[in-house]
Amino acid sequence: MSEVTNYLCIGCPIGCRLTVEHEGEQIKDITGFACRRGRDFAEKEHTDPRRVVTTTVTLAGGQNIARLPVKSEKPVRKSEVPVICQKLQNMVVQAPVRIGQVVLPGATSDGINVVATRHVATS
Amino acid sequence: MAVIGGGVVGCAILRELSRYRLRLVLLEKEAEVGFGTSKSNSGIIHAGHHGAAGTLKGRLEWEGNQMWDQLAAELGFGFRRCGELTVALRPEDLPVLQQLKEQGEARGVPGLAFWDKETIRREEPNLHPAIEVALYAPTSGVVNPYEACFTLAQNAAMNGAELLLEHEVVSITKVEDRDVDGNGDTGNGPLFVIRARRQGGEGEAERVRVREVVARYVVNAAGTAVAQVAAMAGAALPPIIWRKGEEYLLDKRLVGIVKRTIFPCPTPTSKGILVIPTCDGTIMVGPTAHETRHSDDRATTFDGFSEVFAFVQKLVPAISPRDCIAQFAGLRTVAEGEDFIIETAPIGRFVQVAGIQSPGLTAAPAIARMVASLLEDEGLRLTEKDDFRPTLPPPVRFGQLSPEEQAALAAAHPEYRCIVCRCENVTEGEIVAAIKAGARTLDGLKFRTRAGMGRCQGGFCTTRCMELLSRELGIPMTAITKRGGGSWIVTGRPVPVGDQGAEGEMSSANHMRM
Amino acid sequence: MQTTCACDVAVVGGGPAGLAAALGAKEGGAARVVLFDREKEAGGILWQCIHAGFGLHHFKEELTGPEYAQRFLDQARAAGVEIMTETFVLGIDADRRVRTLSPAHGMQVWECKAVVLAMGARERTRPAIHTPGTRPAGVMTAGLAQKLVNIMGFLPGRRAVILGSGDIGLIMARRLTLEGVEVEGVYEIMPHPGGLNRNIVQCLHDYDIPLHLSTTVSWVHGRDRVEGVTVTPVDSRLQPVPGAKGRFISCDTLLLAVGLIPENELSLQTGLALDPATGGPVVSSTMETTVPGIYACGNVLHIHDLVDYVTEEAMVAGWYAAGAVDGRRPDTIRLVRGPGIASCVPHTLSNRVEREQVIYLRVRQPMENCRLHFGEVFERRLRYAFPAETVRVTIKPEVLAEFPDGDLTVYLSE
Repeated sequence: MSEVTNYLCIGCPIGCRLTVEHEGEQIKDITGFACRRGRDFAEKEHTDPRRVVTTTVTLAGGQNIARLPVKSEKPVRKSEVPVICQKLQNMVVQAPVRIGQVVLPGATSDGINVVATRHVATS
Repeated sequence: MAVIGGGVVGCAILRELSRYRLRLVLLEKEAEVGFGTSKSNSGIIHAGHHGAAGTLKGRLEWEGNQMWDQLAAELGFGFRRCGELTVALRPEDLPVLQQLKEQGEARGVPGLAFWDKETIRREEPNLHPAIEVALYAPTSGVVNPYEACFTLAQNAAMNGAELLLEHEVVSITKVEDRDVDGNGDTGNGPLFVIRARRQGGEGEAERVRVREVVARYVVNAAGTAVAQVAAMAGAALPPIIWRKGEEYLLDKRLVGIVKRTIFPCPTPTSKGILVIPTCDGTIMVGPTAHETRHSDDRATTFDGFSEVFAFVQKLVPAISPRDCIAQFAGLRTVAEGEDFIIETAPIGRFVQVAGIQSPGLTAAPAIARMVASLLEDEGLRLTEKDDFRPTLPPPVRFGQLSPEEQAALAAAHPEYRCIVCRCENVTEGEIVAAIKAGARTLDGLKFRTRAGMGRCQGGFCTTRCMELLSRELGIPMTAITKRGGGSWIVTGRPVPVGDQGAEGEMSSANHMRM
Repeated sequence: MQTTCACDVAVVGGGPAGLAAALGAKEGGAARVVLFDREKEAGGILWQCIHAGFGLHHFKEELTGPEYAQRFLDQARAAGVEIMTETFVLGIDADRRVRTLSPAHGMQVWECKAVVLAMGARERTRPAIHTPGTRPAGVMTAGLAQKLVNIMGFLPGRRAVILGSGDIGLIMARRLTLEGVEVEGVYEIMPHPGGLNRNIVQCLHDYDIPLHLSTTVSWVHGRDRVEGVTVTPVDSRLQPVPGAKGRFISCDTLLLAVGLIPENELSLQTGLALDPATGGPVVSSTMETTVPGIYACGNVLHIHDLVDYVTEEAMVAGWYAAGAVDGRRPDTIRLVRGPGIASCVPHTLSNRVEREQVIYLRVRQPMENCRLHFGEVFERRLRYAFPAETVRVTIKPEVLAEFPDGDLTVYLSE
């Protein structure tokens, strides 16, 4: 029994409504795209959706700012985004911080780090 | 001696009475003075010819009008005699203008003159071309009403008056004298015990939150709540209604589009929708005049907005809603018969000031004198202080100085080298001075310094103003409010999960759709 | 009382436009380039835009706002740009005198060979869209909320409604959700979303935040603090549907993401001409305004959707500002907006230069498979054109040479 999942293409402002027909993990058909990018997006979004996580963590002793902006070094599995955010919410990072400094090593099951996205001097 | 209500009338009374050897207290329910109707006032000092002969309004408008120059000189608030022009839009307006002129002249208002088409075009070229006749009144002016309130109260406080802000009067009881002063003097008749609830003290025990003020004389200048306060004291007033006025403030870009306040011909209930060149260079249009049943109805409406801009087109066609940078509304308190009520209640020593609609702002200094004299009639001894200080140091308005003056000020005082509000060029020095002068809220800062009043409406300076309030008052950012009460601006972040030992509370990220 | 200084190029504003313009001026050979920024650190709004998506064109990689800012700060410093922070520009005149105020130096007057305006934009506010109702605390622009959350570590409230579906509104919907604020929904008065599909998917769909099109906030409730809003559907004229009953939503915060306005109050002191279509100065192909020696770039010139285009345009402005002293041949082609074109920057072109010229356009209506015409000389096929997205067109020198002097109409056709 095949199922249908819909996606909105993010490739351009046209925003094609992409339809993926699938049986479990197995993709049977993809329709609704106007270009190759749409097809690829639908496939990726269906099988292994990933996002770069950007958020902030509590910063102690930072000059001018109270929050440290951070990101995942690579796109992480969508399902792991809440897990990372939860871990980060309990953290306190001490200034000074360098851009790219690892704030949370191996934040995901596949070992992606969360890093600082700006320098912060001490106050 | 207690004054209830810190609008412009209450503040003017307080300041007038602070000339004398009295123990004075002001009770105001809002976080700062002038935060009720006065803050939303059109800010016009009427020329003196509007009120009909034989009315209190008429007499006090002209008396009050003549007192503003000295007040402004002493207290330093924004005031300018820009003159006004009442225009005829229809032939039937002409007799009304004629009557206004005669009634003003009978009262001694100087300079009233009819302008013809040529004069109108030359002096006010942006008026609608169909306007061919107008009555000019040079004695009219504009004032920043909130600045008037702040400085009147500040000056009164400097002269010994006590300001109890966020104190809402909840009961007034007349009791036989007891020895309030502790000097054994009980022979002065009855006393009023006023109970006021302190706002913003939620969570405290009731007895901490209620303050008792004992006064021999009381002035009820409670504005929209005047009837409520009157009833508490058993000094009922005739029916009071509220008439809402919506105002719209336009970008400074339009500075100079009119030089004088432009009035349409008045109707029995309203002076109409006006075009007002404010003291600060902005243009204000409004107000509407519609009865409302709620004493705290300060909402602006789609209908009011449409009404104002549609009407203003008839006066100054170049004004467009696109230039609107702020909108607000205030309530006029209207007594039966439309005149002011200023009288001593039959219970004695209790003076009521009610129904102070337009021209209440203009009349306020004259009302204050009249109230003082009513109190004197009731037995209050008015002995002038030897050390009354009538003036406040003039405030710095960095944005209004010449480049040379700005340079000199910045060279001498580092606190004027840091701009906080970029739309109005307000410096840190001005913000700090305003806090020292009594500002406790973001609106208090805005109305004292103009920080946040310009075209970005605080988008950029809000955080800086909050930081300065926090630093100067020693309060956390989360305790800062827009205008007192529950008008908080930010909350803290949720406590991390580990600290509170509960799960699920924290992570809204859990809501992420998979 | 005030000191007088001199420089070759003065840049007003240290956001992405100002930093790139300063860098461009250095590359163009200016000896002394001074950049004024009123904050404690240059970088502008990028510091609070902590999300990714910057730099795909310029750096060919996806950076967050702070990373993008840091790269330009590093480059500008390395190139020898003098960055004056906590410095507020009080005035600029047509003779390129810039009056600054700073805690470190008090008031200074800078005599500059060229000035680049890069002051950015401000957000439209509630009065600009005339939302009726009460005026409680808790109504704020999305950008202010972004600063409170991302820089200062406060929350604007506990339950929010967002009005406006431009990218800032969408990004803030996700940010607030991640920080523990409940976002009830995003409301958009237009029949189509204002932001990129990418943001609709990643900021709204990912978190089950509904987007309501053709709907606006018709009333704000609450005395001291927002207690709720009423939302109402609108018709094709963007007016509330007659007789439609609004829906009350309980919330303590209303975020406004209803557009940006180029901040040209300083610019106007110089007497330059503004284009009503963009809200920014009229500029030549070198980004020079109608006042000689005064250039403009970034959001002060026109509202951009991509920071990469800001960078590109600002580098051009800075580069030409560096050569402002040399005599240049003025542009000879005036671009005229024809059917379908909402705005067009720059406003003139030169057909006598050996360089590519880039034109940034906005269209009025969404269109697919359309053609963009420059007079009858040059046309470009577009697979799509959307009002929210800049159309960027590069014109090669050999094509430009074909363009006749005088007016050239730019228009769209099916």
